Amino acid sequence: MTVTTLKRPAGTSVPAAPAAPARRRRRLSSGWWPLLFVGPFLVGIAVFYLFPILQTAYYSLTSWGPFGGVTFVGLENWATLFTDDEVPKALLNTVVYILIVLLGVPIAVWLSALLNRPRLRGSMTYRTMFFLPYLAMPVAIALVWRLMFNGDFGVINAFLRLFGIQGPYWLSTPGYALVAVGVVGLWMSVGFNIIILSAGLRGIPPELYEAAALDGASRRTQFWHVTVPLLTPSIFFVLVINVIAGFQLFDLLYAIIGRSNPVIDDTKSLVYLFYDESFIQNDRGYGAVIALVILAVVAIATAIQFRLQRRWVNYV
Amino acid sequence: MSERRNGWAHVVLIVGSLVMLFPFAWQLITSLSTNAEVTSIPITIWPSSLHFENYATVFERLPFLSQFAISVVITLIRVLGQLLLGAMAGYAFARMRFPGRDAIFAVVLAILMVPPQVFLISQYQIVQSLGWLDTVAGIVAPGIFTAFSAFLMRQFFLGLPEELEEAARLDGANPFQVFWRVMLPLARPGLSALAVIGVLASWNDLLWPLVVATKPGQQPLSVGLATLQGQYVTDYPVLMAAALLACAPILIVFLIMQRRVIDGLAFSGMK
Repeated sequence: MTVTTLKRPAGTSVPAAPAAPARRRRRLSSGWWPLLFVGPFLVGIAVFYLFPILQTAYYSLTSWGPFGGVTFVGLENWATLFTDDEVPKALLNTVVYILIVLLGVPIAVWLSALLNRPRLRGSMTYRTMFFLPYLAMPVAIALVWRLMFNGDFGVINAFLRLFGIQGPYWLSTPGYALVAVGVVGLWMSVGFNIIILSAGLRGIPPELYEAAALDGASRRTQFWHVTVPLLTPSIFFVLVINVIAGFQLFDLLYAIIGRSNPVIDDTKSLVYLFYDESFIQNDRGYGAVIALVILAVVAIATAIQFRLQRRWVNYV
Repeated sequence: MSERRNGWAHVVLIVGSLVMLFPFAWQLITSLSTNAEVTSIPITIWPSSLHFENYATVFERLPFLSQFAISVVITLIRVLGQLLLGAMAGYAFARMRFPGRDAIFAVVLAILMVPPQVFLISQYQIVQSLGWLDTVAGIVAPGIFTAFSAFLMRQFFLGLPEELEEAARLDGANPFQVFWRVMLPLARPGLSALAVIGVLASWNDLLWPLVVATKPGQQPLSVGLATLQGQYVTDYPVLMAAALLACAPILIVFLIMQRRVIDGLAFSGMK
């Protein structure tokens, strides 16, 4: 090994094993080394993350002129928040989207339970296929979904027509447009959820199933009384991740609906509204307010989930 | 339990897999059709002949190659930067003693929980004042530093035994040598998990590059595709060919190393 051939510094050349306290003292004082190790990282974190938090807080109190002049306006932007209905509307849209995506969680629980059946053939192949949507570039895959959701020559309405249903103009009708985006979000999230849930399933001792089977429990009973209760920590984790990711809805909306589609006015998510205000309207003061609203909303939603977990999550 | 009892499971899983695969298949079929076939009513399931020339059109009509190159470059720089900075910082947080270590790490953890929009306007102002708008440096700069990379690597290093480090240290290796020659090779699973997440995030990222790169020649693929739909909305086959080519590198890498990708994501998800 290379390390053994390194030149020994004079002080450590004593061949006898050093006493334990001396070694501990060496570990306590790492000297200047930590600076080398975390220094570059912390400089970047300070410049691109810590300072921006403060600056965003300050920007939320400013008004941006069309030619770049920034003036302090106090709480004016925050007052706008309570008078104009853009933010509540965007919040509602985002929550609806999240609720649609969360429908994927029970589906993922069911599918991962099937995938983890003992001696199931081809389970790796299934897993691969379920996982592909999660890897696809959202913008790229959104383009085909746009085509599929087309009201006239889209394959989804063609499929519905087989059953005598006349599908709506998905992407030009306000409510349906959000549903369409939600369906794509759900489709993309299932594979990731399955991976996390499968890791949780592997942690359930097989003896529990054997014991349940000996007691005459059917597969359905085993699913509801062994699998689901023991999987609740993973389900909780998946819910939290899906909600946090759901609040970030932007790419799919931008690519499926798009800036030029008038429906976007009724379908904006919080992040889309942030982008629109900050970089299209160039009202960065109000943009900063929206960013801080997103922070608050995500924090509250996560806190509520952690509060509620005591009622339904089993930690063994 | 025999395979026969899994019959219904297979039915459900096959239907599910088809739903997952269908959009990709539809994308492929569309990319080989003519626009008239794509927009015909009733719809055409299979094109009368396969039009591979749509793929050539992607390279002729769109700045596809330059955007592809930009995507590759920003992904490489971002991920390598994250790996190096994250591993070094994570190692220091896990194994070194220095004043304020735990307080600093708590701050890093707190950043992890803040939505990216809170940083974005200010990051834009910084990049702009550096003159980095419409440059690779501007697209890459904030994303090299991620709280997540330090967090993940710290978790990983905490799980490694200390004896090896002790041995190397007794042999006179300085802390950097211990880190570089002993710990980093052992941290390979953690690094590959971080790389998987970093590649996905960087390759697919839209909002940040959309904001800082406004010239088509300077944009990565994600931005190029997102802004493309307005201009070439009528030519679906070419659009689908471009979209499929944009997803292809990630999908191919995944199919080659799927075990590692899945393990990596499961690992990071469990932390």
